[in-house]
Amino acid sequence: MTAIKPQISVQYAENATIITFTSEKILEEKDIQSIQESIMSVIEQAQRINLILDFSNVKFLSSAVLGLLIRVSKKIYERDSQLRLCNINPKIYEIFKITRLTKIFDIYPDVESATENQSKSD
Amino acid sequence: MGTFFEKWFLLSDTAVKFFGNVSFMASGKPVNRSVVVASEPSAIVGVCRKILSKLKANRFSQEDIFAVHLALEEAFINSVKHGNKMDPTKDVKIDYLVSLDKVEISMTDQGNGFQPDNVPDPRYGENLYKTGGRGLFLIRSYMNEVEFNKNGNSLRMVKYKGKPSPAEFQPPTQS
Repeated sequence: MTAIKPQISVQYAENATIITFTSEKILEEKDIQSIQESIMSVIEQAQRINLILDFSNVKFLSSAVLGLLIRVSKKIYERDSQLRLCNINPKIYEIFKITRLTKIFDIYPDVESATENQSKSD
Repeated sequence: MGTFFEKWFLLSDTAVKFFGNVSFMASGKPVNRSVVVASEPSAIVGVCRKILSKLKANRFSQEDIFAVHLALEEAFINSVKHGNKMDPTKDVKIDYLVSLDKVEISMTDQGNGFQPDNVPDPRYGENLYKTGGRGLFLIRSYMNEVEFNKNGNSLRMVKYKGKPSPAEFQPPTQS
């Protein structure tokens, strides 16, 4: 069954592109695949991007989402761009901590702090 | 814990009238079920909902419920993808027991099994940058007991009410 509701929303701020996950739970492989395609297409639209992923709506995710984030971060790295995550709720942050992904992702408390000190994107 | 109240609720008809809440009453009796579901990722949803609502009725904390939810999702996707290889002719059998102080879940697929000890630690070296291989680690991190049968196609996991997960006491020791 295809979800009608879009799974991400994209906001173009002055120095950053903010992608907000709109679902509370990100679990289904099909959804994860479609989210990934949408994010990749946003990244490809710019030569360089300061991308912020906003998790404020997300209350639950599976390890497949961690895989998605790593694929996104590799793409960002290839394009000499920047990725920041923010608004991760404490239970989900625990997953990042346990898996040590806090070592490879830049995680900020909120969108405001994530947009600070951003270099200008193209 | 709560044995006095448990007995009282089981013995007293007035409890039903007083609380008028069947799910709360049902929490006194352990629920023991066995279900067989198809090898498709969404097939876990119904079973998951039943187990989690029983945990809620049995006053498990939000942290415990989150932990069991995560372990269930990860275990099921492993059974379907790596065990049954998404073969629609194969099923996954899920046995669960929810009592007042623990939840025990067994998941058995029809695949060839695997050796869990051979799964690398996803936290170190190049594994940290891999896009997969974290499911089993998360199950072990969030549940209190995790074991496999000899064939490696059946997983048994237990979470005790309020008992911290092993990961909370295991900060990374390597860099």
